[in-house]
This record gives sequence, C-alpha cells and structure tokens, in this order.
Amino acid sequence: MEYITTLLVKNGLIVAFLVTGIVMYFSEWLSKTLTNKKIPGSAIAIFSGLVLAYIGGKITGGNKGIADIKQLSGFEFMGGAMFRDFAIVSTAMGASFAVIKKTGLAGVTSLIVGVILSFLAGAVIAVGMGFHDAASITTIGAGACTFVVGPVTGTAVGASSEVIAISIAAGVVKSILVTIGTPFIARHIGLNNPQAAMIYGGLMGTTSGTAAGLAATDPKLVPYGAMTATFYTGLGCLLCPSLLYVMVKIIYP
Amino acid sequence: MLLRGVALLAGCFIIGQITGETLGRWLHIDANVGGVGFAMLLLILTQNELEKKGLFHKEMEEGVNFWSKMYIPIIVAMSSIQNVRVAISSGVVAVLVGVIPMLICLATMPYISKLSKKEP
Repeated sequence: MEYITTLLVKNGLIVAFLVTGIVMYFSEWLSKTLTNKKIPGSAIAIFSGLVLAYIGGKITGGNKGIADIKQLSGFEFMGGAMFRDFAIVSTAMGASFAVIKKTGLAGVTSLIVGVILSFLAGAVIAVGMGFHDAASITTIGAGACTFVVGPVTGTAVGASSEVIAISIAAGVVKSILVTIGTPFIARHIGLNNPQAAMIYGGLMGTTSGTAAGLAATDPKLVPYGAMTATFYTGLGCLLCPSLLYVMVKIIYP
Repeated sequence: MLLRGVALLAGCFIIGQITGETLGRWLHIDANVGGVGFAMLLLILTQNELEKKGLFHKEMEEGVNFWSKMYIPIIVAMSSIQNVRVAISSGVVAVLVGVIPMLICLATMPYISKLSKKEP
C-alpha cells in the first residue's frame, strides 16, 4: 500500500485532474437529475470543492483543505495561485476592449467604494464586538476586504496573531459567500452583462470568489469581473494600512 | 501553432505579473497590484494587433481556449484547498465581518451601474 501512496504523491497533479474530473462529472449528474439544471453543475462542483475542503480540514486539522491529505496533495498545485491566475488571464481571449474602456470610470468607482465601504463596515462591526485598539479594528476591517488584505494589513500595523486569524477567516467567509451566492443574486441585481460584471468584481473584490461565482452564473462574464477584482486586493493593501489606519487611529488613539 | 498560443498567453501572463509586482514595490506595499488585470489587457491588445496584421492563427486561439476551459476545474480545485474549517469555526466576528460588509457593497451596485450608463 505504501508504494501506491508514494506513486500518488509523486504524480499529485495528475491525481488532482482525475479527482476534479470525477467531482465535476458527479456534479453535472446531480444538476441534471436533482435540480433539472436549475442549479448549474459548475456551481455544485465548486460547492462540493468547499465541502471537500471542510472534510479535509476536519480529518487532518490542517489549513489547506483537501490538500492536507497526503494522497491528494496535488490539489495545492492545481488549485494554487499560478494555475488560477493563468486560467483567469486566458479567459480574456475574445473579451471586448471597447466594453472595458466604456466601463472604466464605473469600474474604478466600484473599486474605491468596494474597499472603503467594506473596511468601514468591518471596522464598525469590530468595535461593536468589543475591539477598541486601532490595530485590531483596522485589521478586522481589512479582513472584510479579502483574505489577503487582512493579514497584509495586520502585519503592517502590528496586530495580534489572533486578530489576523479572524481577518483571514472573515475574508474566507466572504469569498465562500460570493462563490455560492453569485448565481442566486445575479438575476436580482442585473448581473447579466459585461459592464455589470466589471462593477460587481470591483465591489466584491475577492478574485477567487468573484471568478468562481461568475463562472457558475455565466462563464462569459468571468474576464470582466476578474479584471476589476484583481485590482481590489492591491488597492486594499494600499489603503488599509495607511490612510484608513490613520483615520481609525484618530478616533481610537 | 498550438504552443504558440500557449506561449503568447504565458508571455502576457509573465509581463503582467512583473508589472503588478513592480507597481506594488513602487507603492511600498507587499502585494501584486493588478498583475492579472494587466496580463488580461495585454492579451486582449496583442490578440487585436495580431488579428489586424493577419498573424493570428485559429490554432493559436485553441491553445489559449484550452486553458480557459480548464478554468472551472481549476476553480473547483481551488475551492477544495480553502481553509473552510477555520472559516466555519472561528466564530461570530469572522462570519459577521465576512457577510455584512459584502451585503452593504452589494446594495450600492444599482447606483454605480447608473454611472456606467451615463457615459457615451
């Protein structure tokens, strides 16, 4: 048995291709038979991924979901930032530059509103939950942006590791919520055209959540949403530890 | 030809990422600022240029399309390596901070959408 494990670990990426393929096949089947295609197969597959991640975390107590199970460690590579970003960029092929130019101003506005509003709301909740020092409030507010902005900000302003963990968790909750929720709210917020997708990406910010959510809604919208969302984390890392931290510091010296 | 498409994609990807990292350094923040976004813009622009000059081969497109079709499986793999256990178990603060600000942002969407329609 030992040699099979070794073989699976050595060919981790291929194992990940196989397992993902099985998950996707199963999800398509569920979508067809149980929901009459009302819930897209890709949405079920992404949700199944999250369930697998939870199971993996429960079994091993690790932080990398299913990839903590040795035989499935290839998932870390397949689902890692390199492949994810490469695939996101590839979706831009055939996207309309004219649309991007036309939505430029609204896209930038959505980014600024998205970062600042998320931060303020997160900070207010932090205060409401009993945090009264500027570093903690700022870090939790930053966690409301994305799970990268939180720890980057927390490290910069010198927050405790417990608070940084909360900010990461908040970012992950947001990303999961956007992943699962996007297909369901799309209809109600007019998320059915490239312009709306760009604004949505700017407001939500989480690249993984937005991209996955849009993929489950309408794959044609992915490049537009991802385009703005990819600037969000950078903007958050720029504003939260500087301008926004100073603002919080004035109120809570 | 197929590989030329993949190479084009890879080239745009690398240049975009370098741009994002460099921008991050200029701004003194430890993050990649829009690397993916720059790469996407670059890919769209090069594709347009090559098409104009008649240098864009159908098979090149297929090299890129393969990756865009791999996109959802990769996202599924990405979901399965998230720290869902901690997200669920780390308590009320994380859940509230993850959910409420997102809903507030969502509520502003109709107003910002109007902004894009005003433009010509």
